[in-house]
Order: sequence, then C-alpha cells, then structure tokens
Amino acid sequence: MPNPIPPGTYFWQGNEACAEAAITAGCKFFAGYPITPATEIAEHLAKRLPQNNGIAIQMEDEIASLGAVIGASWAGAKAMTATSGPGFSLMQENIGYAIMTETPCVIINIQRAGPSTGQATKPGQGDIMQARWGTHGDHTIIALTPNSVQEMHDLTIKAFNLAETYRTPVILLADEIIAHMREEITTPPPNQIDIINRKKPKRGETAFFGHQEIPPMPAVGEGYNIAVTGSTHNETGQRYTSDPTIHRQLVERLISKIENNTQQITDCETHNTNNCQAAIISYGCTSRATYEAAELAEEKGIKTGLLRLKTLWPFPNSAVREMAQTAKALFVPEMNLKQLYYEVKRAAEGTAPVFPINKIGGGEMITPEEIFSEITGRMKSLD
Amino acid sequence: MTEKFSARRYLRDIRLPFCPGCGGYTVMNCFLKAVHELGHKDLSNFVFCSGIGCAAWIPSPHFHADSIHTTHGRSIPVATGVKLVRPNLSVVVFGGDGDLVGIGLSHLIHAARRNLDITVIMVNNMIYGMTGGQAAPTTPFKAKTTTTPYGNFERPLDAARLVTTAGASYSARWTTAHLNELEEAMKEALTIKGFALVEAISQCPTAFGRRVGLKTAADMLRWFKENSVPLKRAEEMTEKELAGKIAVGEFVHRELPTFTDTVHEVLKEATENA
Repeated sequence: MPNPIPPGTYFWQGNEACAEAAITAGCKFFAGYPITPATEIAEHLAKRLPQNNGIAIQMEDEIASLGAVIGASWAGAKAMTATSGPGFSLMQENIGYAIMTETPCVIINIQRAGPSTGQATKPGQGDIMQARWGTHGDHTIIALTPNSVQEMHDLTIKAFNLAETYRTPVILLADEIIAHMREEITTPPPNQIDIINRKKPKRGETAFFGHQEIPPMPAVGEGYNIAVTGSTHNETGQRYTSDPTIHRQLVERLISKIENNTQQITDCETHNTNNCQAAIISYGCTSRATYEAAELAEEKGIKTGLLRLKTLWPFPNSAVREMAQTAKALFVPEMNLKQLYYEVKRAAEGTAPVFPINKIGGGEMITPEEIFSEITGRMKSLD
Repeated sequence: MTEKFSARRYLRDIRLPFCPGCGGYTVMNCFLKAVHELGHKDLSNFVFCSGIGCAAWIPSPHFHADSIHTTHGRSIPVATGVKLVRPNLSVVVFGGDGDLVGIGLSHLIHAARRNLDITVIMVNNMIYGMTGGQAAPTTPFKAKTTTTPYGNFERPLDAARLVTTAGASYSARWTTAHLNELEEAMKEALTIKGFALVEAISQCPTAFGRRVGLKTAADMLRWFKENSVPLKRAEEMTEKELAGKIAVGEFVHRELPTFTDTVHEVLKEATENA
C-alpha cells in the first residue's frame, strides 16, 4: 500500500518538505548525487519513494542523475533530481536537452555560495542567471523561488505541475537557508491539492514535437515509435539539421509556449504596495528580511511596499513595471552581486530608479537594518 | 526460422547516413538479423538509446521503434531511467567508442558494476569519425590521426575486458569481418539477464583507414581478419606479441543478480511494509 503523508501540521526541514511534496505531486523517480546542501532530499526520497511505488537511485554524478531522470520521464514517470551549484553546472547540457526534447522534469537547486566549490555549507543566490542562461542556445526556462518551508512544499508541487503542463524542465531555485531551516508547515488534504499530469496522445497521433503549442507526450513502450532527439526535429521527431524554417519554428515555439503563458506561470506576493514610496523587490531567503525593513522605514515615514517574486523565470515583467510606476524607487536585495538587479532595471524601463543591496559569503544574510538604511539614505537624496 | 530475414522490416523509410564502406551498415544488419532470429517480428518490445556520433545513428531515427537520441556519452544514464521505470522492455544502447568509452566511460563502468539489465552495442571504429578523424581512447598506439599527426601518444582502452572486470553478465568482442560470431554474440547479449556488451570493431575507411594505409573497407576488413586473435590464444601471448592485435571472443558469460531485479525487489518489500 502506498504511504503518502497524512494531511496535517508538521515541523519540517525545507529539504524534507520538498521531498514529501514531490511524493504528493506524483513523483515516481528520483536520481541524484550527494551534495551539500541538497543531500537530505536524496536521503529522504531514498526512504520514502519506495514506500510510495517510486524508485530513488544514486547515480555516479549529476550528469548521469539528470540523464536517468530524462529516461524515466520518457518511460512515463514524473521524475526529479536535486543538487547544488557544482552539480547544477554539470546538469546544464542535459537541461538544454530536456528543453529541446520537451521532457517534463523537476530540478531542485539548493543554492550555496559559489563560484566553484565556494563555501559549500553557506547560502547564496548566485545561480539566478545560470538557471536562466546556463545551457547553450536560445531557450527559456521556468524557475521558482521559495522563501519558507511551506513554500518548499507548495512550490515543489507547482514545479511538477508546470513541468507536466508545459512539457519542460522546471527549476526550483531554493537556497541553503530555506532548505535547512525548520518551520511549521501544513499539508492539505489530497482533494485540495491540484495535481496535473502530462497530456497523452490519442491512438494514431504522430506529432509529439509540434503542430500544437504543447504537443501530447507518449511514453516509450506504448507503441508510438517515438523518435526523441536533441537535434533540430520536425513535429514527428525526424531530424532536420540544416533546414532554417524547421529550426526557427521549433526553437521559437519552445520559447513562446512558456512566454505566451507568463501570466499563468508567474506568481508574486505583494505587501503594502498601494501608494508606496519605496518598494523592495526580493525573492528566496533574502525576502525574509524585507518585512522588518519595511516596518523600520514606515516608522521613519517612508511608506514601503514589498514585491516578492515566487517565480523568477519567466520574469514577472508586468508586476515589476507596475511597482516602478507606483513607487519612487525600487530596492533589490540579493545574496549575489546584482544578478536580478539588472533584470528589474530593464523591466522598470526607467520609470523609477533601482538600487541594489548585495552581500555574499560566510552565510551572512542581508539584515533588515541594512535594507532599511539603504532605503532611508536613497529616499532622502531623491527628495 | 521460416520467414526470410529483411532488415527493411525493422527500418523506417529514411535514407541511411553512413559513408560508403562504413561498418555501421554491417553492425545494423547483424543486430537486426539477431532480432529476427530471436523471433521478434517488430521492435515493439525494444527501446533504443544512443548518444552522439555515427554509431548513435544506427537506431535513431532509422529503427521503426522508440528511440531516444541523447546528449554525447549519456545514453547509458538515460537507458538506466527507462529500464527502471519500464523493466519489461528490452533496452538497447548503441554507441561508438568515443561516446561510450571517451566522454561516457564512467557510465559504462557503473552500469556494468550495477549489472544494469541492458544491452550495449559498441561500434569501435578506433576514431572520432563524425568530426573527421580525431584520436579516440581506442585509437591504436602510434596511429596517425588528425589530432595526432606525429602518431598517437596513448595506448588504447580495452572496453570488453573493462566491463568484465566491473561486473557485467556478458561481454564479447568481434569485428565486422566476423559476421556470424558478431550476430551470435548479439543474440546472447539480447537474451542474457544483466549487463551485456558487444564490442564490434568496425571499419571507418573515410576518417581512419585512409590515414593509416588502409584505403578501402576491404583493406580494413582484411586487416581485422589478419590481426584478430581468439581470446584463448591471446591470453597466452605476451603484451608485446599482442601489440596491434585484436583479441576476439566471449570475455564473460555468467549469471549475476541484476540491478533492475534488485531495485524492484526492494521496492516491493518497502511498499508491502509501508
């Protein structure tokens, strides 16, 4: 008998919440390689997936891990892997492959301080642009950023649903703090959780790579004679390695099937944004400091709104633009050296000035006071 | 077998991409003949995984079957995922020497170590053929290639022996000059439970032969025949005597627990006890 977690209240670590959510979402295959600070996901799933008719294996490296996940997905299983920066780097080629072959899968990246081995046990938010552009060639990606243990759970389920809906790899871009901290969380009853499964073809269908924005996806062994390839291919999977039209049609569709649905995919949380003077745009662990920062600013008479991005890619352009039209200035705290700042600046289109607040290394978070002091300093000079 | 063998029965109607004289045709034909003689009327029970390089094109997209053409060297990890989720399907990996023992070597060793229940057909043409003839981990010592114009500094890797040591159920090496043996080995590999490798030494007159004085496919096949040594005899020869020779035969043929069975036994137990 499968043994899903009963609905209720739990005191969980972020990684544990992610692993349990994967089971709830219907994940039946996990392949991974040990890496701090993501290992607990592999450990938890090694124990819990077999109890729920699923398979969890350890592969020889991260390249093989995502390879096995892709194979499992084409065999019809919902599949995922979990890693951190160095492993995420190794996965980039297969992420591109999953995009090109429209293979649904979930990649959990628990960010730590890089580059290279960096500070393996310390948090960071340095993989924002790697998630967006890490694999070669024109493409787009979906990346979600949780800021609590509850969201590690909820956004993991959402990641599976988006992967299945859009037939694409989805990245959960968490960080060491959210992954390792423990918080109370609530798992809802099964009938209150939306679970989406990939669209399957009807007998006789042959177009699994085109014609529709999101084509149906058969599994191997079902009699469809599927030809899956990372080379440029037409709607039936046949390779066309020099035809310009087929290449353009394919790559443009792979991008538009996501970007045309940006409104459906993206999710932001707003707080006190009505008529705010300053706005803080944040995501992940850093966002946890913004609530107090806003209160401190408020006490000084600066009405400060919060826009928290739960989706980084596709970038929630309209939410950011709206913020830029409301506030006199935007503040972007990040535990990296201005990775999302430029994206916010682009989306603001010069409507409001954008100020970065950055800190890296040693696991030191950006404090509410640091954000507050940047806001008061800048707002004064804008008056 | 009463029905006459025709490779076309198993192929999509697409022109094959191989150069004239390529050993890929031979390997394809031997494999499909093995499939035919094992009584498969079609390939519906198979999934083919392949990576990058000429050999990867043997199944993909030419076989009328499910085929997954993966990134370079990663066909075995993808096959691992497929096999674990669909254990009843026969999962076959096709790849060249560069794909399987160059960039993808670690996956080959680990799959053999796990005794993952798949068949790997490795077409060893001793060169990176698709990119025009660069040295591979299988290129003979001192051989001239486009990236070793003064001769190859490195000694070639012995894949058939390597997977034997790693824990495979089955491993054999033949050449494209040994049609019957190659086909029989493929039948064994497709039948045995566990990891099975068939290494087919194959001619690439276009990117390799013509640079080492073997201009045509016939020259290369003659070279294979003259230099092949049965494994038993090879084991009695010194390393010096074996230089430039090709040891052919069955390296291992044994029953071992398979990865797929073990994983699914554990899964069953865990589900029952949950």
